[in-house]
Amino acid sequence: MPGRALALLLAVAVLGGCGAEDAGPAAAPADGARPPGRGPAPAYGDTLVEALTGNVSGLIPNILSDAPSFEVAGLLYNGLVKRDRDLRLVGDLAERWTLSPDCRELTFQLRRNVRWHDGHPFTAEDVLFTYRTMVHPRTPTAYREDFLAVETIEAPDPYTVRIRYRRPYAKALQSWGIWMLPRHVLEPWVREGRLREAPQNWHAPVGTGPYRLRELRAGEKIVLVANRDYFAGRPYISRVVYRIIPSQATIFLELKAGGVDVANLTALQYRRQTEYPAFRKAFHKFRYAANAYTYLGFNLRDPRFADRRVRQAFAHAIDKRALVEGVLLGMGREATGPYRPGTWVYNPNVPAYPYDPARARELLAAAGWRQRNAEGVLVRDGKPFAFTLLTNQGNDERKKVAEIVQASLREVGVAVEIKTIEWAAFLKEYIRKRRFEAIILGWGIGHDPDQYDIWHSSKTGPDELNHIGYANPEVDALLERGRASCEERERKQHYDRLQVVLADEQPIVFLYFRDALPVVASRVQGIDASPHGIKFNFTEWYVPEARQRYTSE
Amino acid sequence: MALYALRRLVLAVPLLVGITFVSFVVIHLAPGDPTELQLGEMSPEASAHARQMLRELYGLDQPLVVQYWTWLRRVAQLDFGRSFAPDGRPVLDKIVERLPVTLLLNVIEMVVILLVAVPVGILSATRQYSLFDRVTTVLVFLGFATPDFWFALLLMLLFGVQLGWLPISGLRSLNWEYLSFWRQQWDLVSHLILPVLVATLGGLAAVSRYMRQSMLEVIRQDYVQVARAKGLSERIVISKHALRNALLPIVTILGLSLPGLVGGSVIVESVFAIPGMGQLMVQAVYQRDYPVVMGNLVIVATLTLLANLAADLVYGLVDPRIRLAGRRGRR
Repeated sequence: MPGRALALLLAVAVLGGCGAEDAGPAAAPADGARPPGRGPAPAYGDTLVEALTGNVSGLIPNILSDAPSFEVAGLLYNGLVKRDRDLRLVGDLAERWTLSPDCRELTFQLRRNVRWHDGHPFTAEDVLFTYRTMVHPRTPTAYREDFLAVETIEAPDPYTVRIRYRRPYAKALQSWGIWMLPRHVLEPWVREGRLREAPQNWHAPVGTGPYRLRELRAGEKIVLVANRDYFAGRPYISRVVYRIIPSQATIFLELKAGGVDVANLTALQYRRQTEYPAFRKAFHKFRYAANAYTYLGFNLRDPRFADRRVRQAFAHAIDKRALVEGVLLGMGREATGPYRPGTWVYNPNVPAYPYDPARARELLAAAGWRQRNAEGVLVRDGKPFAFTLLTNQGNDERKKVAEIVQASLREVGVAVEIKTIEWAAFLKEYIRKRRFEAIILGWGIGHDPDQYDIWHSSKTGPDELNHIGYANPEVDALLERGRASCEERERKQHYDRLQVVLADEQPIVFLYFRDALPVVASRVQGIDASPHGIKFNFTEWYVPEARQRYTSE
Repeated sequence: MALYALRRLVLAVPLLVGITFVSFVVIHLAPGDPTELQLGEMSPEASAHARQMLRELYGLDQPLVVQYWTWLRRVAQLDFGRSFAPDGRPVLDKIVERLPVTLLLNVIEMVVILLVAVPVGILSATRQYSLFDRVTTVLVFLGFATPDFWFALLLMLLFGVQLGWLPISGLRSLNWEYLSFWRQQWDLVSHLILPVLVATLGGLAAVSRYMRQSMLEVIRQDYVQVARAKGLSERIVISKHALRNALLPIVTILGLSLPGLVGGSVIVESVFAIPGMGQLMVQAVYQRDYPVVMGNLVIVATLTLLANLAADLVYGLVDPRIRLAGRRGRR
């Protein structure tokens, strides 16, 4: 069983996010969740135990890419900016900022009362150092691109940072959500290109965040304690313990026995196994759309799939609602394009593909697939329409999707064979080498709508992410304009059009966005459930004195 | 005897080198490379450059034989290198922090298996086809056929959730540091009860069946009849004359299972959230973390060779004929 259940290719930076100045329309509150308690007065203390299915791979998130590490690092470090409950960018270590009208000059005023966990003051020197770390050729980071766009960076005084970009860069502001690193401890490691080996990446992280590391036991647990000197005030919850429990079934039993306070449920657990009164009483249940979608992708170099009508036919042949119902028990939303419903960039007015096998057959016939052979499979020029659908092993959800797609396409006369391949081999031997006909995979999306790397025709090279080989001049132009503008209204126009083109063309069949289904022990108060997640205000979560379970410190 | 042991030890060295060479080649032959998983998720601008950088860092751009030679030279100095995982920690650290847990669990498991399986095997052999024999036969096969993870979940549900007697998973309670010394010991023991129970289930079946079989063979031998004819009590006949011979196959099995002591069971470890060697090895294989995989292999291979040697030596102790035959053969 591979560590990551949601083995996603994370396309664009997984970081904080992007420039949404005005908030997106707030979607309906998390289904099934009780409103955040306005109960007894906030109190300090107690321990929160959270289950992680995988081990952290390190504690300097700037050079990592796995979800558990981000989860833990999120409490240890800060960026200059962060996202609030409506995904708006707000100051974190920066008190305020100004962005020049041409979008090329960004000036941050830093907070003056911030100290690193070891007591050293945080200054503009650390921001400059973080920048140098990100662009250093020997730093193995995924987020370098954002910082290569910088032309000059300087610190006129210890609490001001001025950055100039070569050309207007849409992600300029959000890129400074990157976790700030302490210059006074990490500089030699970065200089020698050995940042990974620094003790700060393992048992001695130094951040500015609301929690400090107390203990780290590989594969067992990670203990964080509240940073009493946190610049935004001491967090209420005194101790956070991450327990590493690889088995989802075990996590569920631990929840029932009270051994775990925070965990993510599976759709089955959410719908069928946690609806009884005792569980409802013991836990808040939340539900919101995750920032990742699942798709059916084609190798567009294959002449059969290069025909748009074939792809549209497939979109009509697959009943997405039944798919969400069957695979996720309804705990997901149909995808119409690459953006999550409920975000500012999402465009609901795009061509839709309702489930319609008759229409699918018509489209296939128009593409020349008219005759059927003895097995009922469509034939053109004597060749049956048959292909292999690949997906990665160890992801049950994708396997089920593949099976439903197989059955749906069989209905319209297309024969599909499913093959599952171990993740490392799948990436190297099939995706990178373009040795596939069709795939079931997912994309994790950032908060910024820029998806240049996925759709632009210049990104079809061997190590690049447009592995389906999509090329459309209009899409290229829209992507270029979208990332070069920092005016949100203007960007929205480009991305609205992009969604229309993608929906019409169906370079991939967008299937669904799954829901994240977290639960939190009901003794925890102050949770602000937003349609985008629940952890935004973690430092404000508290347990009323009378309900505290653990004494700590 | 000492000379024999020494000779075997010396001969083991080239064998070990051969084993590591074959493993090294095989693991590198598996498709996918370590940079793939770390960078598959990175942004593409970084990845082409970063991938090349990592390949150089890891020496993956060199011919396989050169890589092996570099690795072998380091290992000869007991330097197992650093993990390819993003934490970049020394392989030895990663193994050493997990080995005690796995050893503890497996040693307890083996002791429990011996303590239960040997008497059960003897009893069902001496009372062949009795009610006891039949019941244990059924139970043993049930145990053998029961899937580990399923049995584990049932036990967790009963003792952890319903009754609340035992902890469900992990090794230590959260408040472990604050407990008194004896409480800490009990805490550890209580965490180990369910995993040991599940882990012993399969082994119990095998060992008790071997014991029964071997005992059945031995008690039909002439010398056992002779012992009975001498008028010795059944107890003495079984415990003194028959048992010693019947234990021989068990010694073999024990010898063979010694390397398994450091292996760890992936299923038991995952279900009970125990940070042992099994999980480390599986993750290392998925991530193509060659240094960790090889480090693990060296330890297991060394132990296997040592265990084989130990088993051969113990044979001599248990069975004088082998000892004599050995001497005569070398003269």
